[in-house]
Amino acid sequence: MNKTDALIIGAGPTGLFTAHQLKLIGLDCEIVDNLDKIGGQCIELYPDKPIYDIPAVPECTGEELTNNLIEQIKPFNIKTHLGERVDEVKKDGENWFVKTNQGKTFLTPNVIIAGGVGSFEPRKFPPKECEKFENKSIFYSVKDKTIFEGKTVSIFGGGDSALDWAVELSKSSKVNLIHRRDDFRGAQATVDKVHDLAKSGKINLYTKYQLTNVHGGNNLESIDIKHDSKEIKTIKTDFALGFFGLIMQLGPIADWGLNIDKKTVTVDTEKFETNQKGIYAVGDICSYPGKLKLILSGFHEGALAARACFKLARPNEKYRFEFTTSSKTIKDRLGVKSD
Amino acid sequence: MIKFLGACSQVLSVYIYLMPKIIFNTHDNKTHTVDIQNGLTVMEGAVQNDIPGIDADCGGGMACATCHVYVDEDWFQKLPQKDDGEEDMLDMAFEPKKNSRLSCQIIVSDELDGLVVNIPSKQS
Repeated sequence: MNKTDALIIGAGPTGLFTAHQLKLIGLDCEIVDNLDKIGGQCIELYPDKPIYDIPAVPECTGEELTNNLIEQIKPFNIKTHLGERVDEVKKDGENWFVKTNQGKTFLTPNVIIAGGVGSFEPRKFPPKECEKFENKSIFYSVKDKTIFEGKTVSIFGGGDSALDWAVELSKSSKVNLIHRRDDFRGAQATVDKVHDLAKSGKINLYTKYQLTNVHGGNNLESIDIKHDSKEIKTIKTDFALGFFGLIMQLGPIADWGLNIDKKTVTVDTEKFETNQKGIYAVGDICSYPGKLKLILSGFHEGALAARACFKLARPNEKYRFEFTTSSKTIKDRLGVKSD
Repeated sequence: MIKFLGACSQVLSVYIYLMPKIIFNTHDNKTHTVDIQNGLTVMEGAVQNDIPGIDADCGGGMACATCHVYVDEDWFQKLPQKDDGEEDMLDMAFEPKKNSRLSCQIIVSDELDGLVVNIPSKQS
C-alpha cells in the first residue's frame, strides 16, 4: 500500500504541472498513467505537431512540452507508475482507497483526475465476433512474438506498427498484410521494404480490403475480408493482428460515483473538486461554465486543485501563499540556492 | 428605441434564416436538420446541437477519428479534397468507407447548404 498526500491520475501536461504545484507547496504526490510513457495526448497523439498557445513559449511540439515539464519536476523526484490503469476508487474513512489493474494500491486523502478524455485503449476490429478470440488468436499489440513462428498471421493497418510487424514476422511466419487503401502512412523506407517483400512473395499484400468476419472454434481458423468492389475473400489464418492506433475511453472513471456529463466530470471553479470531497478533476476531463480545453487552462486548474489538497492532507496546518522568486522554503524544495 | 430593437431582431432573424442547413442521419434512422453558421466545422455544428454519435474526442485536431461521417454520395464529390493527414486518420476510424470524412475537416459554407452526412453506428 502506497500512502501519499495526493494521487494524480494521468501523466499528461496537466497532471505533470499539478504534481509540480503540489510539491512546491510541500505536499507529496504520485502519478499513475495507463500509457507506458509520460506525456498523455501530447505524446500519444501529436508528439511532432507544433503547439502555439503555451504562454511564453511561442512554438513547441507535444514532445518538447512534455520534456520541459519533466525537466521542471525533476528536482522533486516524483514516483510515477506507468502502464497502470486506475480501476477502483472507493472511500476508506477519511481517505480514498485506489487500486490499479495491476493490483497496486494507494491510500490518499486527495485524488486528482487529470485523465484527458480517459485512458488510451487500442482500437479494435469492428466485427463483434472478434471479442471471443481476443488475446488468444486476435491481438492489438505484440507481447511475445515467438507464438507466431511457423504460423499464418494476418496483419491489419497502414501505419508503422502494422508495417514493422509485417516485416519482422515475415522472417518466420506466413504474413498477410491487409489495408483499406493502396497508400500506407508508415515511414517510406518501411513501405518500400514491405513492397519488396510482397514482390518476392514473403508478404501477401491485400489492399482496399477490410475485415468483415472471423471464423473458428476455440482458435481462429479463417477470416473474411471485403474489397472496395464488394468482393469477399476468405483466407485461412492462425492469428489476426490489428494496428489501428489508440482511442480514448472514459473507462472505469464512470464508475466512481462522479457527476459525469458528456464524458467530462463536473467540477467547481474554486477547488476543481467533483461532487465527491477529495476527488478533483483538472484538464480536458473536467467541465464547468466557460471551460476551455486548452493546456494552459489545465495548468491553472491544477494549481488551484493542489491548494485545495493542502487542507485535507494537512488539516492542522495553514496554507500560506508564497512566490517562487522570494520564498526560501520553496527554493529549498526545488534544491536551488537562495540569495 | 423599440423600433430600433425591432429592426435589430429582424436583421438577426434574416441572418439566422440564411445559415446553411446540414442534415445528419443517425444510425437509428433519425434525421436531424440543423443550421450551422458559416465558418464552423460540421463537427462543431454537430456537437453544439447535441447530435448523437459524434464524439470528437480531440476537439477538432484531426488526431482521433471520432467525428467520422459518411458523406451522402451526391455531396461527396462537391466537398474540397481531404488532405493526407485526414486520410491517415481515417485508417483508424470505425468501418471507414469510400465516402468517409472527418466532420472536423468540413467547413460549413453557403455552398454546403443541404449537405447530408450519415453517422456511423459507432466511433470506436
